[in-house]
Amino acid sequence: MRAPSAGTVEQVGAIARRSLVRTARQPASVIPPLVFPVALMAVNAAGLASSTRLPGFPTDSFLAFALAVPFIQGALFSTMNAGTDLARDVQTGFVNRLALTALRDWALLAGQLAGVVALGLVQALFYLAVGLATGVDFRAGPAGVAVLLAYAVVVSASFGALGAYLAFRTGSGEAIQALFPVLFVFLFISSMNAPRNLIGVDWFRTAATLNPVSYMLECVRSLIIEGWDIQALALGFGFAAAVGLVSVPLASRALRTRLTRT
Amino acid sequence: MAPPNGIEVEGLVREYRKGPRAVDGIDLTVAPGEIYGFLGPNGAGKSTTVHVLTTLLPPTAGTARVGGYDVVREGPKVRALIGVALQEAALDPLLTGRDHLRLQATLQGIPKAERAARADELLERVGLADAADRKVQGYSGGMKRRLDLALALVHRPRILFLDEPTTGLDPQSRSALWEEVARLRREDGVTVFLTTQYLEEADVLADRVGIIDHGRIVAEGTPAALKAEIGRPSVHAIPRREEDRERIAAFLARFGEPLATTRDVAVRLRDGLGLTDIVRAIDAAGVDVVDLELRAPSLDDVFLAKTGRTLEGAAEEAEAEQQAVG
Repeated sequence: MRAPSAGTVEQVGAIARRSLVRTARQPASVIPPLVFPVALMAVNAAGLASSTRLPGFPTDSFLAFALAVPFIQGALFSTMNAGTDLARDVQTGFVNRLALTALRDWALLAGQLAGVVALGLVQALFYLAVGLATGVDFRAGPAGVAVLLAYAVVVSASFGALGAYLAFRTGSGEAIQALFPVLFVFLFISSMNAPRNLIGVDWFRTAATLNPVSYMLECVRSLIIEGWDIQALALGFGFAAAVGLVSVPLASRALRTRLTRT
Repeated sequence: MAPPNGIEVEGLVREYRKGPRAVDGIDLTVAPGEIYGFLGPNGAGKSTTVHVLTTLLPPTAGTARVGGYDVVREGPKVRALIGVALQEAALDPLLTGRDHLRLQATLQGIPKAERAARADELLERVGLADAADRKVQGYSGGMKRRLDLALALVHRPRILFLDEPTTGLDPQSRSALWEEVARLRREDGVTVFLTTQYLEEADVLADRVGIIDHGRIVAEGTPAALKAEIGRPSVHAIPRREEDRERIAAFLARFGEPLATTRDVAVRLRDGLGLTDIVRAIDAAGVDVVDLELRAPSLDDVFLAKTGRTLEGAAEEAEAEQQAVG
């Protein structure tokens, strides 16, 4: 006979622990989100360094300008990995195993997101370390680092919930992988490689202005190269939180549908 | 009201949207401490029934009470009473056996201080103590099934649902699992609802058997009673030459009703006839057979008598239907 239900915090912790253990035991889930964004940043920094000479470019270090990109790109990688892992749980019936326990619906989602957030923090610290090691001057100082890590939490949770929604909705890892290029289109049609005001092509500048990813990049970038830009921070946190405000309820609803227990 | 450890099902129906009526109005009762074998071919409705009884699927119609609780209105109470090992041993290949047990124990509300000891006890019990810290991706099919059983037992359930627990297992692993299930009933008084497509499994393990086909229970009773219902034994002959098959079938038809078999020629004997009658007649007629065997009625005969098909034939039919749909 079952003992009294596990505390919700314990349930969240157990699911988060599993998520982290799984990730740690899959080098293919850990290494690419760390290495690929940094490699892309290095390539871009080498090729586009001269753009810092454009009048109005906000810094003389393209590396400092580009360092924001890995933070967002890494979050996208995490979204894919978290979503794919969850979809596999649906496909293999592991979700049914969980459904047969005393696990609360939202504790499963919270635990899963806690695992994604923990990984997001590790990634953020790694990118920050790479930036500092390559001579980037972090203008916002230690308090800015704390804000950056808080932002990593919001972005990871919001995008992690998006991955979870897709996993519970489709139950297909392939469907989630198919979304990967779409998210990257958003990344590339943004202010990833140039400040919006310096983008010469009209349609691209308009697209980048309409693209929320631009504001998420500019939020991180502002902490690195400007210090404290309240408007950039508000827009960045605002858009990331907006993604979360949509994706978390969607994921929660899709989870309830998927966990069809009476 | 169903008894505390029992199962009571009345008029249970489960229809899938755009799909067939997987469970078509079944009634059954499982007594506390009983092992109930739910026998049928693939696609007969066994797993759907288990999903409904374990609260994973709501029924379309009918009622089901497990351990005295209604599966629709009292899902959490049902889940607290039951242990479930579903058809697909859904394990995480990257976790170890011990990781799985620790996770399951936490989610089932086992107090923290007891979790490690409970995990060790179960690992020992299912013979996985040596493999406890290995990732599940390195486990054999039998090891995965045993771990699945251990996970189902973490919270000491009073009712255990096992959905085709031995499918795909080698004979040794199969008999080890049978022993464990029998022990659970014998020593712990656990009620077991076991689905299977293996006649032998139902025959060896189950106190009572329900035979399901196309979503309906076509026969129910103890294996002995079901076989006694068929009553008469069958005679199976293997012709020496394939071209003699029809002639031997016609000859044997004089002694009883022909049976649909693929490997040999068989008849269900009429009352009062025995093997010696056949042997004498074969000898006198000079019929050339390699082998002649008298078989007591089996559950397959029961299935054949109730559905007009052998269990094996029904499984092949279900597979063909699935391929046609898919």
